[in-house]
Amino acid sequence: MFTSLFATLQNMAPEDLILAALLIPTAAALLIPLFHRIPNLREAVTLIAAVTLATVSWSLYPHIIGGEQPELKVWEVAQGLTLSFRVEPLGMLFGLVASTLWIVNSIYSIGYMRGNNEPRQTSFYVCFAVALASTMALAFSANLFTMFLAYELLTISTYPLVTHKATPEAMKAGRVYLMLLIGTSMVLFLPAIVITWATAGTLEFTAGGIIPIAGENAVSPFLLGGLLFLFIFGIGKAAVMPIHFWLPAAMVAPTPVSALLHAVAVVKAGVFSILKVVVYVFGIDALTTTSANTWIIYLSAFCVLMASIIAMNQDNLKARLAYSTVSQLSYIVLGAALATATSVTGGALHILMHAFAKITLFFCAGAIYVAHHKTEVSQLDGLGRLMPVTMFAFLIASLSIIGIPPLGGTWSKWFLALGALDAHYQFAMAVFMISSLLNTAYLLPIVSRAFFKPLPGIANGEKVAIAEAPTACLIAISVTTLGCFFLFFYADFALDMIKLVDFTGAQTNTASSPAASAEILKGASNVR
Amino acid sequence: MELLKTFAAHYNYFITIFLMISGLFIVIARGNLIKKLVGLSLFQTSVYLLYLTPAKILGGTAPIYEEGYKLYSNPLPHVLMLTAIVVGVATLSLGLALVVRIKEAYGTVEEDEIFAKDPEAE
Amino acid sequence: MNVLSWGAVEPQLPILLVVIPLLGALLTTFLRNSFLAWLVATVVAFTLPFISIHLLVTVLQTGQPIVYNIGNWEAPFGIVYRVDQLSGYVLSVIAIIGAVIMPFARRSVAAEIEERARSWYYTMYLLCLAGLLGIVITGDAFNAFVFLEISSLATYVLIALGKNRRALLAAYQYLIMGTIGATLYVIGVGLLYVVTGTLNFDDLASRLSAAIVDPGQRNAVVTALGFIVVGLSLKLALFPMHMWLPNAYAYAPSFATAFLAGTATKAAIYLLVRVVFSVFGVGMTLENLPIGEVVIVLSIAAMFLASISAVFETNAKRMLAYSSVAQIGYITLGIAIANQAGMTGSLAHIANHAIMKTALFLALGAVFYRVGSVLYSDISGIGRKMPLTMAAFAVAGLGLMGTPGTAGFISKWYLAVAAIDDGMYSVVFLIVASSLISVVYIGRITEVVWFREPSKAAAQAKEAPLSMLIPLWLLVGATIYLGFDTRATVGTASEAAKMLLEGVQ
Repeated sequence: MFTSLFATLQNMAPEDLILAALLIPTAAALLIPLFHRIPNLREAVTLIAAVTLATVSWSLYPHIIGGEQPELKVWEVAQGLTLSFRVEPLGMLFGLVASTLWIVNSIYSIGYMRGNNEPRQTSFYVCFAVALASTMALAFSANLFTMFLAYELLTISTYPLVTHKATPEAMKAGRVYLMLLIGTSMVLFLPAIVITWATAGTLEFTAGGIIPIAGENAVSPFLLGGLLFLFIFGIGKAAVMPIHFWLPAAMVAPTPVSALLHAVAVVKAGVFSILKVVVYVFGIDALTTTSANTWIIYLSAFCVLMASIIAMNQDNLKARLAYSTVSQLSYIVLGAALATATSVTGGALHILMHAFAKITLFFCAGAIYVAHHKTEVSQLDGLGRLMPVTMFAFLIASLSIIGIPPLGGTWSKWFLALGALDAHYQFAMAVFMISSLLNTAYLLPIVSRAFFKPLPGIANGEKVAIAEAPTACLIAISVTTLGCFFLFFYADFALDMIKLVDFTGAQTNTASSPAASAEILKGASNVR
Repeated sequence: MELLKTFAAHYNYFITIFLMISGLFIVIARGNLIKKLVGLSLFQTSVYLLYLTPAKILGGTAPIYEEGYKLYSNPLPHVLMLTAIVVGVATLSLGLALVVRIKEAYGTVEEDEIFAKDPEAE
Repeated sequence: MNVLSWGAVEPQLPILLVVIPLLGALLTTFLRNSFLAWLVATVVAFTLPFISIHLLVTVLQTGQPIVYNIGNWEAPFGIVYRVDQLSGYVLSVIAIIGAVIMPFARRSVAAEIEERARSWYYTMYLLCLAGLLGIVITGDAFNAFVFLEISSLATYVLIALGKNRRALLAAYQYLIMGTIGATLYVIGVGLLYVVTGTLNFDDLASRLSAAIVDPGQRNAVVTALGFIVVGLSLKLALFPMHMWLPNAYAYAPSFATAFLAGTATKAAIYLLVRVVFSVFGVGMTLENLPIGEVVIVLSIAAMFLASISAVFETNAKRMLAYSSVAQIGYITLGIAIANQAGMTGSLAHIANHAIMKTALFLALGAVFYRVGSVLYSDISGIGRKMPLTMAAFAVAGLGLMGTPGTAGFISKWYLAVAAIDDGMYSVVFLIVASSLISVVYIGRITEVVWFREPSKAAAQAKEAPLSMLIPLWLLVGATIYLGFDTRATVGTASEAAKMLLEGVQ
């Protein structure tokens, strides 16, 4: 059935596909409450929406890889504020990651939510669908206004997910979540957009950047640095220290939320936004020629190491993973800050690679919680004997995060390290290497504990019955674990696309129609 | 001397200002709700004077077009003040009505006593 | 010729806008049945938006103001009614809000007002509406004062009939402050009349530029400006002259609060803009008195201090009332910046804020109808019992915070752009930082109503009736809609701003 759907979709105009990608999760959000009393149908809606959405995204892929950048201009809200979408390679990659993982995550959610008998499941699925709609909108946004709109919507739709448990602790976390994310976006991100509008006269993402650094209206390097500051900290979802507190706080949410949203959609929306701002608003050349990016290189390098060190001291499993995420996000910010084509490629790849690895780790954490209600690392002794599949998956995903072949994480680290050399920041390369060691130090002990320490109260040779999480959870875990392997061998599909990113914009500035710019893009594809 | 002359020539304005200020002072300084209204009325009354003094022309008559009368007073300010008086009366009566209701509800018309009974009303 | 043919009626529309509610008020006085009174008020209120929108559209199409000479006396001898881009826009806002909330009125008023006073209540409502529309449509400074007082006197009654005895005191305090404000305004107008001998806005404007050359007259003119600005600031509740507002809004009957929050201060803002820009001309104003700077400082103070007061409130209506003071700060800020973007943002916010705040107060009115209180302790957990009402509240709250995709964002965007256009980078951050405080107070009440266990009173409540939900969701829908389609708000506002700022630079 889906093959025929796929065939139909391939014949659709790419503009319609964009619209479909936005409308499918929205429609799901509207349909789910109707089946409030029939949980099976309700979950079916989510699953169908997820599969359709992923199919739609994958149908867009051939267009993008063919050099097109389909555009969907919805409406001009006010002068300069246009609601419009354009799929460019970075957004396509992010959209693919989010939509594909939504399928897996939905399967996992069903197992987890039912296994735990969670309350208010309908609103859970509704908010999830809205969050996905905003994620897709963000991925495909064609200008800063649309991005900001999607960004805020994503925060608001995930707030009820964070406070899902409605305990005082969850409420407190929700407050931190809302205040930090909305707060930074309002106080820093929004002024950054306003200033961009005032200096550049446009908000459209344009190859090569839109902020003038030479000529009559040139922005001084000082202001440029200030603007970058506003963007980096304004996009609080990227969890650059010190705006990272919301991420560990958000871990009170049910694990599927932590897995898809706080390891993939929300945080990646943050770093993706930063990548996009660096590439399409500033332009990497503008940053390197003015050296406005230097301080961020040091800051994000510091975050990479600091967050890893904090992660080592976390006993709560999800908190450790959260700090690991903070650290890994800073990889991507560092990649963006280095502002070379290679480092940005590495950053973009890391969105993909880290997503698969981290969602697996969270799935495992959730599986452990569903099956044995254990949340702390110190409680995991000998658990490998009870949950061999889960703990094996945990091992694989950890290795991918560390960056060991043949796992996907290898590639992103490779490109990031190369990018550091390209930019003549050798120390950044050292940071990547040290950080890999730290990753080993906070992830692998969990696995070794589970496999090599005895189960409390049970002698070493004694047989124990395997007690795994619900099958739905296991399926999801297996899929993403296999994904980690797969991405090592088939990373080309992403790499080829990232190659299409026009970093300099020298050629496309004159091109007006997407088709024309596509022609030029083909010629300029090998920027690296 | 010059100053005195100015004063004498504009004494009506000084009266206006005196009334205005004393009315406003009573509104602010007095805690009795009735006295506040008295002050408010005084304040409004001063405006009548403000409008009427420039309108009155010495020796002028009502503006009726007739042989033999050359000097007219401007009728418009008088008309305006008729309206203002109506507004003033309406305000005063509504204010007094409110005070009656307040007295019924709180048993007093002294501001401090009311706030003592109902701290949140402040 | 048919007297009632459109051709005969159309030229009379400006006066009808005031006469219809006045006659309606008269009619309701004689109706002792509260349902009939409501019906009359509703019919009257629903004719007004059609008239005002028709006038506005005509003005926008022709680009010429519509001038109506009362009794065929031409300006400056007679009183004229004048509809231009600005007044047509504000008229439409007031008339639409006045109409939309009418379905809500019946049950709410029936629940909160004694039977014998109900039909008079509608009388007062229509008088207030007539007064507000009159302020905006008139082209005569003194006539504006009269309408100001008509609307104010009606407002005092609307507030005083609240169930809580504090409503009486709130009405009394408002009466004192409002009368002082209106009297200050009329003193200013008197001074202008002494200098120029005219009361017509246009005529005043042309004669003032001549008068200002004479140093003696110049003093009088500047004094007049001071009196008028302070007087109107009292009426529009510019910080720190807002003290009357929180209690008045908090203890008035729900219907009155919803109506006043959307319209009353807006009419006063209109009058201020009209006098400062059209009569004095912004150049003259800023040259002679540092009004711009003072108002910017006061507006920012309002945005912060009133918002902080809102954070610590435990009475939902008072919380929103403080938020109103803060939002008025946004409006006056843009007016004081006085450039195209700022003016546009402020004028757009007049409509946006009216819609959002009315929606919020309607939601609270519905809660009050079911629970009988709006204290946080009583309405905790009400979201589970009245999900539709409180969802509407949440969405309108998002608008108030200025979330993109809502009307509130548009106004904020223009204000921020205005500040940058004027080189005031720090003001941009003050604008966004103060809206962050609104996140706190909206977030706090959201938490109370959605995530707390239902209180005793809330546990027995059920969803609001349809007659309350429909106007509520209409306004909430408008909040979202105007976040995307800004032709009606920003489009008109920028036309009006262009007109006001013409010849300024």
